[in-house]
Amino acid sequence: MAETSRENGAGDGVSVCPPEPRGTQRRFVDTAPLLACVHCGLCQDACPTYVETGREADSPRGRIHLVRALEEGRIEPTTEVTRHLDACLGCLACETACPSGVPYGTVIGATRPWIEDRRPAAVRAARRALASLLVHPVARRIAFAPLRAVGGASLLARAARRLHGTRAGSLLAFAAAVPPARGTPALPGVVEPVGTPRGTALFLPGCVAETLFPETARATVGLLAAAGVRVRVAHGSGCCGALPHHLGRADDARARLRALLRSVGGERVDWILPSAAGCGAHLREAGHLLAEEPAAGALAAKTIDPLVLLARLGLPEPRRRIAETVAVHDPCHLVHGQGVREEPRALLRAVCEKPLVPLRESELCCGSAGTYNLTEPDMAARLLERKIDAVVASGAQVVAAANPGCLVQVRSGALSRGIDVRVEHPLDLLARAHLD
Amino acid sequence: MATGVLARRLRALVGDDGVVDADDVLLVYECDGYTLERAAPELVVLPRTPAETSAVVRLLAEERIAFVPRGAGTGLSGGTLPLAAPVMVCTSRLREIESIDLRNRRLVAQAGVVNSWVTRAVQGDRLLYAPDPSSQTACTIGGNVAENSGGPHTLKYGVTVNHVLGVELVLPSGEVVRLGGAVEDRPGPDLVGFVVGSEGTLGITTRATLRLVRAPEAVRTLLAIFDSVDAASEAVSDVIASGIVPAALEMMDRLVLQAVEQAFSAGFPADAGAVLLVELDGPAAGLEEQAEAVSAVCRRNGSREIRVARDEAERALLWKARKRAFGAVGRLAPNYCTQDGVVPRSRLPEIVRAIAATAERHRLRIGNLLHAGDGNIHPVILFDERDADEVRRVIEAGHEILAACVALGGSLSGEHGIGVEKIGQMPLLFSPDDLLAMTRLKAVFDPEGRANPHKVVPDAKVCVEARTPRRQAAM
Repeated sequence: MAETSRENGAGDGVSVCPPEPRGTQRRFVDTAPLLACVHCGLCQDACPTYVETGREADSPRGRIHLVRALEEGRIEPTTEVTRHLDACLGCLACETACPSGVPYGTVIGATRPWIEDRRPAAVRAARRALASLLVHPVARRIAFAPLRAVGGASLLARAARRLHGTRAGSLLAFAAAVPPARGTPALPGVVEPVGTPRGTALFLPGCVAETLFPETARATVGLLAAAGVRVRVAHGSGCCGALPHHLGRADDARARLRALLRSVGGERVDWILPSAAGCGAHLREAGHLLAEEPAAGALAAKTIDPLVLLARLGLPEPRRRIAETVAVHDPCHLVHGQGVREEPRALLRAVCEKPLVPLRESELCCGSAGTYNLTEPDMAARLLERKIDAVVASGAQVVAAANPGCLVQVRSGALSRGIDVRVEHPLDLLARAHLD
Repeated sequence: MATGVLARRLRALVGDDGVVDADDVLLVYECDGYTLERAAPELVVLPRTPAETSAVVRLLAEERIAFVPRGAGTGLSGGTLPLAAPVMVCTSRLREIESIDLRNRRLVAQAGVVNSWVTRAVQGDRLLYAPDPSSQTACTIGGNVAENSGGPHTLKYGVTVNHVLGVELVLPSGEVVRLGGAVEDRPGPDLVGFVVGSEGTLGITTRATLRLVRAPEAVRTLLAIFDSVDAASEAVSDVIASGIVPAALEMMDRLVLQAVEQAFSAGFPADAGAVLLVELDGPAAGLEEQAEAVSAVCRRNGSREIRVARDEAERALLWKARKRAFGAVGRLAPNYCTQDGVVPRSRLPEIVRAIAATAERHRLRIGNLLHAGDGNIHPVILFDERDADEVRRVIEAGHEILAACVALGGSLSGEHGIGVEKIGQMPLLFSPDDLLAMTRLKAVFDPEGRANPHKVVPDAKVCVEARTPRRQAAM
């Protein structure tokens, strides 16, 4: 494409339109979703990292620009470039904001494995280890065991407060935020509904959620039974692949999703219920992620967040009401990944004595974002501070967060700052009102 | 000074993460919302405070380096394209609302504050900031001041210049001047009015004192469906002639309607030729009668259906369809270019016909979004940037549409500014003497020509008719 030099003496190197795409050979991503971006910038202020740094390379539009330049071979994945792509939380707030329907998740999802392959070997190995640790059933238990043993300990929380603002403080707060092991009994294989059966659901206990939040899993199953759902628990169904997917480990992620499909794809159920919003968002993309498997589309279509199903079916009158003031934090993979905003609020309104308290920037990521708080601790800490500021400003006594990652993250933030706010899963709050 | 040295000195002023100087990352600053022309700066600096901004500009002045200011980069005329300006100064980290004075209804915002945050900060007190460009969830107050931004509600409330009481401006020398202030109608020339709309060519706005208006007691939003743009345009003229001043009076044509329907399922009939979105606001008493009167005018002009938003949710859906229409149209083709021109309201049917003829002549698809109430047109030209011939035709079509606006007694820009996009058309509207006067005025603020060079006013040394950049591109 011609370069025009302005004869009024201005702007050497002003090019009219971008260079031609390099032939038909594709590096890693289709150009169609990239071209859908019209560069309007409306996504920018929805992006947590742009809001924090003000740098456009940390915004969705900037990242799409970088991805396109990488795809077209204008630039290479240098440390400088990948830094900005790694800083993406994958929260998909930009998809909610985008008027042009740019499938940002698809774009970044296709880019990450390509970048992963081009990282220095040592970095790649560390990220692989992290992915395996979190999704491997035995390794994960061993890794979390010390946290579970000391979890919630007030000593830890005190130490974390003293070290607030340091990396060590964040780690201590994280440990203190993990719920302590209470010897929760394992879930039964099947839970029969109360009253008239309204359908059968397959509950995927998940990986991290099951290890850290067995009580929430029990609450989920109990509430569903109360709503008339027969629940089968898919013990040992393993990781759905969402975590390795976010770490750019595409083959690993696909293999796990395929394994899950093989183990549960044939089940004759009405709904498939993930235990974490991140898994839900991932499973609802299964048809696209495993395009070659016809059963993947069916799995995706049946996947529904437990809160959405409960809101749809309705729960009986609560046995008791929650007296505290409650604010709702919107986990990214629920609100942006699945468009779920109203259901948790509707369910909570029905059990709370007082009206829900508005939470400023409730849809802005808390910095947890899968493994983000482990791979990008600095930005994660900045976003957490921002979230806690909003929580403090809301004056709420309880923050409801419907995702295990957000729970630990926001709880650790509250502990570090020493504020008197409880952070709970809405399903646990509902269980308190309906089951206990 | 070598870029490396400059970067080091700037980092000392604004912090390590406040300077972007890696070539491969600088690419993201090569264009704003206007993507037809691109040029990346050599360095981007992001000060954190107004004081840091003036320190940055002072350093640039010492080194005689030209700069281009940028807010959120949502502009649509290429106003932030760095031309002979190696350094871009971004105000995106100046994000503080410094003070809110509810009793006197004014607020001081830093340049990087996003437009919609202003209203969000005061809506609990039933106040709002009136200018509402479609990009209001992302664009900044600094950018709004530079472009004198408008929006659908400018018909009743006026544009940015009517809502800025004062600005703090960092002159290209680095010196800070405060123009205007908390009280209105200060004696002497209206320097605030001169700065608002100057597109960053006089310096960098770091703070603005904004006027807040009372949120209307009641709002009625209605949508009238017409078979043709002509009929809808007649209705627009008749509504205004009836003495009613709606808060907003917007028109969308068939192509836009289809795109919006596809994207948001707002319930627009696929065969409609045009719709008018009319919003009336004010005291609750009498509003219903006004809505009735507007409906009657629309029906008299052949509107086949009129819908009144029954609640806030329905109103929000209608406005969402309008505010996000550009993006929706963007789904129809890989790229689009939004034009911005003005005609006298009574000439709307003529300009829409002229646009249709232009589209046909250049084999292009052009949809029309119009702030019909004040004659501000936004033809949206669809294209594929990979097709060089099509790009050339888009540029030519844009020229022809703007020339048609001027020929009908209108103007080159309603709210997007001149930027680089329309600089070549300025002589259609202004004589060489006019342009020279503008150049001299700029020189009072910027004698060395270092603030956003080669924007708005064509260079006097150049024969502008033949040497516009876009025309070169088209040749």
